[in-house]
Amino acid sequence: MTTAAIQPSWLNQVLLKPWAKPLLWALCALPAVALFIGAATDQLGANPAEKLIRESGEWALRFLWLTLAVSPLRDVASLPGLLRHRRALGVTVFAYALLHFLAYAWLDKGLVVDDIVKDVFKRNFILVGMLALLLLTPLALTSFNAAIRRLGGRNWQRLHKLVYAIALLGLLHFYWKKAAKNDLGEVAVYAAILAVLLGWRVMRKGGVLGMLRVR
Amino acid sequence: LASVRSSVTGAQAMDKLTPYQDVTSYNNFYEFGTDKSDPAENAGTLKARPWTLSIEGEVGKPLKLGLDDLLKVAPMEERIYRMRCVEGWSMVIPWVGYSLAALIAKAEPTSRAKYVEFISLADPKQMPGVRSAVLDWPYVEGLRIDEAMHPLTLMAFGLYGEVLPNQNGAPLRLVVPWKYGFKNAKSIVKIRLVEKEPASSWVKANRSEYGFYSNVNPKVDHPRWSQATERRIGEGGFFAPRKATLMFNGYEAQVGQLYAGMDLKKNF
Repeated sequence: MTTAAIQPSWLNQVLLKPWAKPLLWALCALPAVALFIGAATDQLGANPAEKLIRESGEWALRFLWLTLAVSPLRDVASLPGLLRHRRALGVTVFAYALLHFLAYAWLDKGLVVDDIVKDVFKRNFILVGMLALLLLTPLALTSFNAAIRRLGGRNWQRLHKLVYAIALLGLLHFYWKKAAKNDLGEVAVYAAILAVLLGWRVMRKGGVLGMLRVR
Repeated sequence: LASVRSSVTGAQAMDKLTPYQDVTSYNNFYEFGTDKSDPAENAGTLKARPWTLSIEGEVGKPLKLGLDDLLKVAPMEERIYRMRCVEGWSMVIPWVGYSLAALIAKAEPTSRAKYVEFISLADPKQMPGVRSAVLDWPYVEGLRIDEAMHPLTLMAFGLYGEVLPNQNGAPLRLVVPWKYGFKNAKSIVKIRLVEKEPASSWVKANRSEYGFYSNVNPKVDHPRWSQATERRIGEGGFFAPRKATLMFNGYEAQVGQLYAGMDLKKNF
């Protein structure tokens, strides 16, 4: 694999450009911008609230899967430059998850805290989603350089291993939602991709424990 | 599709109609895909004419009726019904059709006919969705005979004065306004009168979440959705508050007595 690393690809060059960061942020914001424009111009179909809630949740999952794809792609496609963009992707996951929650809390529950709390404890799939958002919050809050310095690299990495639990909770949340209508085709695709992303880590690090270890 | 205003009690809901565009673009019709927009996009392949409906089972006179005969069984009536989906949204739709009772009576049910089973078309050539394993095809629904013979139970052939668009279940579908929308079998090819409670597709798919009755009931939650409130499609825009869901979808005065003495939490 070293031969590829000696001759970095054009894509890797692009990833290292100073403008790559703002470009990535713009790309990450694109689905949200499309949703906001759709909402403002009444182009979200017959049930816009449901669509906003659903799409923001699915984008959170997609960006989470992308975040988890950084390490495997870096090695397999020899794109070391990917790594400097991982935190932006992770923060994007949080932004969509938060939008997903706020849209649910506002449009479905009318911001009535009592109703939301009741919903969390009554419906397992809401509980699981809420748990994923809760675990995601400390990761988002420690996504700037000063936080890494203060925590120390090892502790920061240890904390960010939570991403695996978040991914599994997110998938379970999605599965439980879709299982209500037996509509599992899409869920199977997400599960298969996650299996590859996690399986690659398990193989490379020699087991699940190896994957969770911080060196 | 010419019709007269229905005089059946409860058949003229006073709610504001859901726009035609929403009624015909936001559908659950898994034979054409699982997204709400799939039926409108994919149902063009459905051949709603010619069409034959057979009525069989516990009947004195088994029937096979073509669409032209079906349209003449009883005078077409326009009925404005609320429709409440189990997913927590609702619409108000002006249907065109006649009471199912008129059709069933033609086949002369015997005393052993305790339930009615509705079987939808499941033709992979016309319906791409039936190749998926989402449900056990064909789509089957069922009613108790007294529910089926209730005057509000509608055999619909049209909406908004037109023949049914394919995505809404052309050429004929069931509409039972006090039950969750999935009870309303679409594109029906067979009606069987039977002695035992039929196994409907959703009950077979998930017995703990879908019951045979599936009456709209704000007090009995679906495990994944609260049923206390609903979002009325096409009304009040993005931030419109959800409405309280009514017992039997607001048809309690007309149908409540069908369930007298029944535990509706157990028979959900």
